[in-house]
Amino acid sequence: MSKLEVIRAPAHTHDAEELLRINAPLVAEWLVEFLRDEMIRRRGFHRAVVGLSGGVDSSVTAFLCARALGAENVWGIRMPYRTSSVESLEHAQLVIDQLGIHSRTIDITPAVDGYLQYEPDADGRRRGNVMARMRMIVLFDLSAKLNALPVGTGNKTERLFGYFTWHADDSPPINPLGDLFKTQVWQLARYLGVPEVIVSKPASADLIVGQTDEDDLGISYHLADQILYFLLRGYRVEQIEEMGYPREKILLVKGRLESTHWKRHLPTTAMLSTTSINDYYLRPVDY
Amino acid sequence: MKIRVVAVQFKPRKGDVEHNLDRVTDALRQVVEDNVPADVVVFPETISSGYFLEGGVREAARTREQILEALAQRYQPFARQEPLDVVLGFYELWRGKYYNSALYLTLSAEPEACRIVHTHRKFFLPTYGVFQEKRFVARGRNIEVFQTRFGVATVLICEDVWHSITGAIAALKGAEVFFVIAASPGRGFHGENVDNVMKWQQLLCNMAEEHGVWVVNASLVGFEGGKGFVGQSMVVNPFGQIVVSAPLMKEAMITATIDTEEIAIARANAPLLADLEAGLADLLIEMQEIAAEQHARDRQ
Repeated sequence: MSKLEVIRAPAHTHDAEELLRINAPLVAEWLVEFLRDEMIRRRGFHRAVVGLSGGVDSSVTAFLCARALGAENVWGIRMPYRTSSVESLEHAQLVIDQLGIHSRTIDITPAVDGYLQYEPDADGRRRGNVMARMRMIVLFDLSAKLNALPVGTGNKTERLFGYFTWHADDSPPINPLGDLFKTQVWQLARYLGVPEVIVSKPASADLIVGQTDEDDLGISYHLADQILYFLLRGYRVEQIEEMGYPREKILLVKGRLESTHWKRHLPTTAMLSTTSINDYYLRPVDY
Repeated sequence: MKIRVVAVQFKPRKGDVEHNLDRVTDALRQVVEDNVPADVVVFPETISSGYFLEGGVREAARTREQILEALAQRYQPFARQEPLDVVLGFYELWRGKYYNSALYLTLSAEPEACRIVHTHRKFFLPTYGVFQEKRFVARGRNIEVFQTRFGVATVLICEDVWHSITGAIAALKGAEVFFVIAASPGRGFHGENVDNVMKWQQLLCNMAEEHGVWVVNASLVGFEGGKGFVGQSMVVNPFGQIVVSAPLMKEAMITATIDTEEIAIARANAPLLADLEAGLADLLIEMQEIAAEQHARDRQ
């Protein structure tokens, strides 16, 4: 008996990297149009302020803003604290120099320490939150001075992990990167020409010396993004495990995702009427 | 019969119906004054207000008579001798309910000759993921065809054509030209174009080819609360080929002269509509059985 050739469908895991791949030129074109439409047409702002940390997210955001609005309409704001690494400042400067955008450097140390002197026992998490919120005070105030709009830099992975300070990093009124996983931001960064030293360095919130996101989170972004991809689509833990992902990593990602839904919402309001805002009285943000 | 069709895509100002009707008028003025070849000018779904209105539908909805009156009045200063037909999408107030509707109008240099030819109320209301239509508008109940100056046509809105059965019904009823208006927020960015643009191309080409009909599509552009409408309006011939296409995201107008004589050629090459007509009685029984079974099953 002659046997037929058997052609097998590849396993899910082999596709995962491919599924997270983006058409970077198309995404860039889309996000440039998003910035122009949401800033100029909808809100009447021609200028942007971006907090530049020296990391990849804020660098990509600055590159997109410069494309959308012109470098002369973008302000890159460096806001170091005394423990911030010198490298972060230098990397932010690389972006400023490469794009030719305006820049300001505001040392937030006196402001942060001015408060923390009353709370000397604050742990690292509290200190980090105070710094993040102070940066937003600076960014929003400078935006008022410059008649500019603060542009957010948070990516989808950190939003899903709740790996940000509530009402700080997430507070700018528009955000071009919020639906891109971290590994997709890297792809976009390389297409846009963000300096390789910024794209390839380990991601860090730079709140504690030597800290990296992946150490903090206990998982690499590559793995986290793939697991998130399947969890968000509704796959069960067992199904994802069958694809070859380690169970403890799936549970870690699921745990972070499910314990941080509140961080992705506005504050909870007690409903008392049939005209409760955002429950009954429903109008879109741009109405 | 040759029909000169134009599809226009522009970014409406959210909730500002007067402004958006002014922009519709601007496009019509351009067509008339610049002699853009046009018998029918097609505008996208909800061009009068923008798509994502939530409860704002209550404020933006108009009656079809109000839309006719507003456009007939605006059209007069530059009206041409020959009538001009217009298809456009709007949130409609009709008999005490709100709808996502499309109007087919004929505009004329004689104000009293301006008239409503047909109204289509969206049959399939997407209510999943980013879409919430069933919360805010009622569903239309008909897939109708109607006589135009150029032959039999139908108007369908967005998800209406994601179900191949609506196209089949319109074709069986005799429509030869399908005006399909849409508002499609872009999602899926790993391919050569945005996923739903490619899906739309596939859908409209399949529909045109399966039934041997012309498809004229106008698709919304502009970002609304971070959701960007893709545009890329297109005209598809009865062989399932795109003959002209507007750019992604950008405001533009496209024009094509469509020849209804090509319908017979396409249908002779691929007589799928005739096959469907021949099998219709059996299919109907199948459908009735399915409906009866579902009805009985859901009663258990």
